[in-house]
Amino acid sequence: MDSSSLTAICLTCKLATLTTMLLLLIGTPIAWWLANTRSRLKGPVGALVTLPLVLPPTVLGFYLLVSFGPHGFIGQAMDALNLQRLPFTFAGLVVASFLYSLPFVVQPIQNAFEAIGKRPLEAAASLRASPLDAFFSVALPLARPGFLVATVLGFAHTVGEFGVVLMIGGNIPGKTQVLSVKIFDYVENANYTQAHWLAGGMVFFSFMVLLLLYGSRKRTGWGW
Amino acid sequence: MLGRFRVGYPGFTLDVDLFMPEKGVTALFGPSGSGKTTILRCMAGLERSTEGFLSVAGEVWQDEEHGIFLSTHKRPLGLVFQEASLFPHLSVLKNLQYGMKRAGNEKGERFEAMLDLLDIRSLLKRAPDSLSGGERQRVAIARALLTRPRLLLMDEPLAALDMRRKLEILPYLERLHNELSIPVVYVSHSLNEVTRLADHLVLIENGRATANGPLMDILARPDLSAAFAGETGAVLETTVAAREADGLTRLEFPGGKLYIAGDTYTPGNRLRCHIHASDISLALSARTDTSILNTLPATVAAVAETDTPGHALVQLRLMDGKTLLLARITERSRQALAITPGLTVIAQVKSVAILR
Repeated sequence: MDSSSLTAICLTCKLATLTTMLLLLIGTPIAWWLANTRSRLKGPVGALVTLPLVLPPTVLGFYLLVSFGPHGFIGQAMDALNLQRLPFTFAGLVVASFLYSLPFVVQPIQNAFEAIGKRPLEAAASLRASPLDAFFSVALPLARPGFLVATVLGFAHTVGEFGVVLMIGGNIPGKTQVLSVKIFDYVENANYTQAHWLAGGMVFFSFMVLLLLYGSRKRTGWGW
Repeated sequence: MLGRFRVGYPGFTLDVDLFMPEKGVTALFGPSGSGKTTILRCMAGLERSTEGFLSVAGEVWQDEEHGIFLSTHKRPLGLVFQEASLFPHLSVLKNLQYGMKRAGNEKGERFEAMLDLLDIRSLLKRAPDSLSGGERQRVAIARALLTRPRLLLMDEPLAALDMRRKLEILPYLERLHNELSIPVVYVSHSLNEVTRLADHLVLIENGRATANGPLMDILARPDLSAAFAGETGAVLETTVAAREADGLTRLEFPGGKLYIAGDTYTPGNRLRCHIHASDISLALSARTDTSILNTLPATVAAVAETDTPGHALVQLRLMDGKTLLLARITERSRQALAITPGLTVIAQVKSVAILR
């Protein structure tokens, strides 16, 4: 394996770790809201969060590119704040990966929260726990299997993305050239040996991730 | 304790005014779907009624007119659900400490006493999943009481248990009843549980409180018999007077005395009995040629119709002028004997159910 492959692997890990952390941080309140709200917005918000699951990655990538660009509202906001525009940057990749993997994190957590039901939280309230206290001392620990699934899926899905990355990040080594794009690069240049190394590694990695997931589902009896 | 809750749900309106004593067990009794649990949830602050007022021990927890509504976690109450809602990720000890810690109580004498009272000392290290239904409910009750609540709310705490577990846990509840100095509100649709545990009874029907008063008074009212159906009958508080040589025990109460079979009762103890209306027959004169042992002279206080056709309910006042009994006889016998208020009769008690 050459050093450029290693750079791609490192970049991918960095991207997936950062994205997963962001997903857990922001996805958890969204999942909590979706699991508990009686608002009429529940349907639309739920659908919006799930959208990346069914859209072709190129569609998501296209719209992100447009909105990140000099004429898009995000691009203009970045200009106004004197920040670098997002296309073809690592930060852009993080934002795009975040949106792309959101349903894979929100759904398992939402399901876990819904499975807990109201009763344990009512019991906590009757034992003097404030809503925030009850969330951390009862809801989070009880939803742990959902968080495990969400973390694994969020990470793996970010590692596996290709279309969105290509549209938003391009192919800049060390900056936006992640594993999946690197493989595409090797194949285009007929460098099958290097492609084999990376592709085979991906197959092995993905298999191990799923093995871990199914193993944990069996142990905890938790579906997602 | 005063409560008033008015709230509409699709297809159901709750509209109750409640007055409850500050001590002892108040039962909210009524059929499923009558709104008992909703009342309890309103008292706990888990539901908010559009119009509502609740004061406990002189403290206002809810007063919608003045915009006062304390959240559940700010109300000093204990809550026991139908199914024990122990936290599955915590051990029994951690479950007990969950509320104690937040209520600012330390482990101490009271903690030790509670472990003994509910007999859960040996369960402390166990996980809730490994406990039986009865054990879980005992832990849930201890967990609620360890927060030192000023009101204990129990929502059908025995309904999810089978008969054996029920019988296993009832004595603990009776012990609590004797040792607690806070009011308990007990929701149940089982008359047996209510007659064993309650001192005060609120009858809930269709979202309304149709009767409210001391247990014995309510149970002796002939006009409410439809709510108690086949179990209609008065409850008596008696004292065990003496064990007699032939295996009988004599019970005494202000209106007279009763003999029951069995010699395991300790003289001096209180014993609560339920005398079903269908277990009392009436005679116009005292008879000696009968195998019925328990006969009580009484005056007919009232006559009412029953929900079963062909029967009449007769309310009897015993010779102390206070104690009331209910007898269910056929309408034909009532007419044949010309039983009307004011008549002196002999109540023949065929059997006595010992409650506790």
